[in-house]
Amino acid sequence: MVNTNKVQLLQLPLAEVVEGLPSKSVKKIDKRILKHELVPEHRVLTLEEAAEVLGRLRVKPWQLPHISINDPVISLIGAKPGDIIEIKRKSPTAGETITYRVVVPY
Amino acid sequence: MRRVNENEPYMLHKIKFGVLSPHEIMKMSRVTVVRPDIYESDGTPVTGGLRDPHFGAIEPGERCPVCGNTREECPGHFGKIDLARPVIVPHYGETIYHILQSTCRVCGRILIPQKRAEYLLNLYDRLRDKWPRLAENLIAEVKKEASSATECPYCGARQFKIRFVKPFTYYEDKPEGETRLNPIDVRERLERTLDDDLRLLGIDPVKSRPEWMVITVLPVPPLSVRPSITLETGFRAEDDLTHALAEIVRQNERLKTFITSNAPETMIEDAWLTLQHVVSAYIDNELPNIYQLTHRRKRPLKTLAQRLKGKEGRLRGNLSGKRVNFSARTVISPDPLIGINEVGVPMEIAKILTVPLRVTPYNIEEARKYILNGPDKWPGATYVYKVRSGKKIDLRYFRNYKQLAESLEIGDIVERHLIDGDIVLFNRQPSLHRMSIMGHIVRVMPYKTFRLNLLVCPPYNADFDGDEMNLHVPRSYEAMVEAKELLLVQKHILTPRYGGPIIGGRQDYISGAYLLTVKTSLFTEDEVARILSRAGYEGGLPEPAIIKPRRMWTGKQLVSLFLPKDLNFKGKAKINAGTLKCDDEDCFHDSYIVVDNGKHLMGVLDKNAIGAEKPENLLHLIALEYGDEEARKLLDTLFKSFIRVLEMRGLTMALSDVDIPESAKDEIRKLTEEYKKRIEDMIKEYREGKLEPIPGRTLEESLELKIIQELQKLREEAGSIAVNNMDPFNDIFIMARTGARGGEVNITQMAAMLGQQTVRGRRITRGFRKRTLPHFREGDLSPEARGFVKGNFRDGLRPTEVFFHAAGGREGLVDTAVKTSQSGYMQRRLINALQDLVVSYDGTVRDTWGNIIQFKYGEDGVDPMVTHHGKPVNIDLIIDKVRGK
Ligand SMILES: [Mg+2]
Ligand SMILES: [Zn+2]
Ligand SMILES: [Zn+2]
Ligand SMILES: [Zn+2]
Repeated sequence: MVNTNKVQLLQLPLAEVVEGLPSKSVKKIDKRILKHELVPEHRVLTLEEAAEVLGRLRVKPWQLPHISINDPVISLIGAKPGDIIEIKRKSPTAGETITYRVVVPY
Repeated sequence: MRRVNENEPYMLHKIKFGVLSPHEIMKMSRVTVVRPDIYESDGTPVTGGLRDPHFGAIEPGERCPVCGNTREECPGHFGKIDLARPVIVPHYGETIYHILQSTCRVCGRILIPQKRAEYLLNLYDRLRDKWPRLAENLIAEVKKEASSATECPYCGARQFKIRFVKPFTYYEDKPEGETRLNPIDVRERLERTLDDDLRLLGIDPVKSRPEWMVITVLPVPPLSVRPSITLETGFRAEDDLTHALAEIVRQNERLKTFITSNAPETMIEDAWLTLQHVVSAYIDNELPNIYQLTHRRKRPLKTLAQRLKGKEGRLRGNLSGKRVNFSARTVISPDPLIGINEVGVPMEIAKILTVPLRVTPYNIEEARKYILNGPDKWPGATYVYKVRSGKKIDLRYFRNYKQLAESLEIGDIVERHLIDGDIVLFNRQPSLHRMSIMGHIVRVMPYKTFRLNLLVCPPYNADFDGDEMNLHVPRSYEAMVEAKELLLVQKHILTPRYGGPIIGGRQDYISGAYLLTVKTSLFTEDEVARILSRAGYEGGLPEPAIIKPRRMWTGKQLVSLFLPKDLNFKGKAKINAGTLKCDDEDCFHDSYIVVDNGKHLMGVLDKNAIGAEKPENLLHLIALEYGDEEARKLLDTLFKSFIRVLEMRGLTMALSDVDIPESAKDEIRKLTEEYKKRIEDMIKEYREGKLEPIPGRTLEESLELKIIQELQKLREEAGSIAVNNMDPFNDIFIMARTGARGGEVNITQMAAMLGQQTVRGRRITRGFRKRTLPHFREGDLSPEARGFVKGNFRDGLRPTEVFFHAAGGREGLVDTAVKTSQSGYMQRRLINALQDLVVSYDGTVRDTWGNIIQFKYGEDGVDPMVTHHGKPVNIDLIIDKVRGK
């Protein structure tokens, strides 16, 4: 059953999570991947934009498709878990299409 | 949960699974099994055996000694086996291993210092609700951390590495040597663990204490779970589970006597291990590294896991899929005279399948007629439900139909036979797409096969070489209406698979259409009448195309009678190729189709105009622009006349159709010699090492590739020689050109040569040492030694050629067999993943929890079924329409 509590973004004890888990050695990611033609444009939505998107789609944040915090693009654009990302990508049927994903800490 | 009314709906909040505790097992047990034999010599069940009456009443009239009910009411009761020594449940082997590794071997505490453990537990509790996946990761980390400790932070005891051998053996790597931990040792360690420590390892200690994973008492299910059957011979055959349990009791009792008689420890250990194996096999008889339980040393027993697993198992066989009533299955055969929406149902089947008819003032006379006919005369009835008494009357035994008909009341229900006009669901396996089940209108017919219109063969992928199909009768008005509105054949002329018509002409329809519309065909008034009457045409004839010496009509004139009056269509025919090629209306070969305002002006109709599975053809346009009813009318009228033309003219093939003149044969022979010479030279070059290799290939590969290429060219050239020497109006050539059946390859193979036979895309090489057949020398690389067939079907093949042809043919058969099984499995997994997804009203694709899968269906929100071969709009068509032509 879908929980129908008031609309709220996910907040998490991330600092603690990172502290609690042994940190993986983070590899330096090459910034140039953002310019690669197969990497679509990612953008972190502002809180207002995110609220608008969630309201329009009538979903809770976790009902969006997920994207890992370990995703190279996510770490490069500095998104945090709970952030909502807008992705603009080419589509064979629609030309260009916009999708949203919520960043998850795993 | 207590409910006042059994039928009252209620909601399951959640289901939690846990491990059965010994206490619970004992609480629900009504009998302890101690004897492996089932019956006494007098045939009564053994007390304390596996058919002890305390398992519940099973015989008619028997009273249950536990609950006092007869077998109808008694739910059956569990028993137990007290195991002489504990035994590990093999499926928990991995979990137990993790706990043993992560906890102290002396005090049982988790191998993480107090402070940190408390902190982690707190973190875990808070994480669990919001980020369950993260909580899982945390547990994995905890396990890793704890199992790497070498010393207990609480009691300081040294820890040793544990080795786990699947499915139930543990060794501890002590300094004095590796020792086995027996189930008692394991259980003791598990008992010592603390609840909070277990929670850190991801275990709910209330529902699943880990020591319960090492069982001391085994529950024995009631007889309803393992019923025995009486064979015709009077012997009783017990269920496999009973046999498995009997073996457990036997081994358990053996172990008990060893223990009480103070037998040597090795013997006890041995019997204990046997018990462990038998209990494991009772749970899952297909575990690796256990002794399988078998039925008299032959068939392996089907134990608990085997009942659930696989296609025939409880889940896939009884829960996901079930057997149904009101269905029929028989062989199918064609009937070109019935409509595409219809299905011919044998009388015999129509008298078994029934539809409930609720009696109203408006249908009571009709209902009486059915009753008077009885169950054996069609259209009759098989049962009557009396609304007042609630009784069900079986007309096979209650034979006073007159009285029954007279006493029929409003509100009664009559189970009447299937009659003409009923809607049924028709299906052919494998049901791979939605057109595999469609709604058809019943036509009851004599004989024993289902009859279907040939135009619906493509969606079912059916032919008549023995195919069988299934039929289901919807029995409520909702279901009938749903079938009519959604499933009816005509609603599936267009397919969502590729945006084109899937229903349409094949084979005879295509050659028939060609012969009707080809320029040379002119029809007398008499012939026109015969053609049009098959289509059920009622109306006048147009002015004949020819008046003298006789009034004659062209086929295109007749086709025009059936087309929508404002239809415009342009397109290339299938025969538009080779010498008949043209790109626009300026076409002298009649191979460019033009329909102008419903008048078929030029171009023959063939596969590209009326074929099934051909997007953007005439049929597609009509279905899209004029709707499924107009398309259905065309299929039920015009298409029938194609068949009529074929019946009048006749279409067949003779040996002479694939004869080619001697001069052509000579030409082919000469050509073959030329190519062989060239290949011989290549082989020589190769032997001398002078052959130019293809980049990235070895010398051998290059040679093979070049030879195959050459032989490919040879066959093509031979084929065109044959085709060019053939009468373009002989029947098989018509079939090939129009796309009705066969292609240039088939004609080549019949008239000219079979060409190179391949296995896995290579020339045939295997067989004997360094040669394919004993007819050739070792290492012979010449075409004829490696599967080249220069013979043809008309003149016959040489023995070696027959062999090579068979080798190539075999590969095709193997391929289809492998492909179907692989694609079947892929289909299953795809369906499992996608079956609950829906396109919601806002255009998003979501699962049942409302999670978003796609933000817009297909990213463009377009229904592929109503596209032009995937494109949402066909600009050319719109431009033509706007310009008025
Ligand atoms: Mg078949
Ligand atoms: Zn409901
Ligand atoms: Zn009972
Ligand atoms: Zn300890």
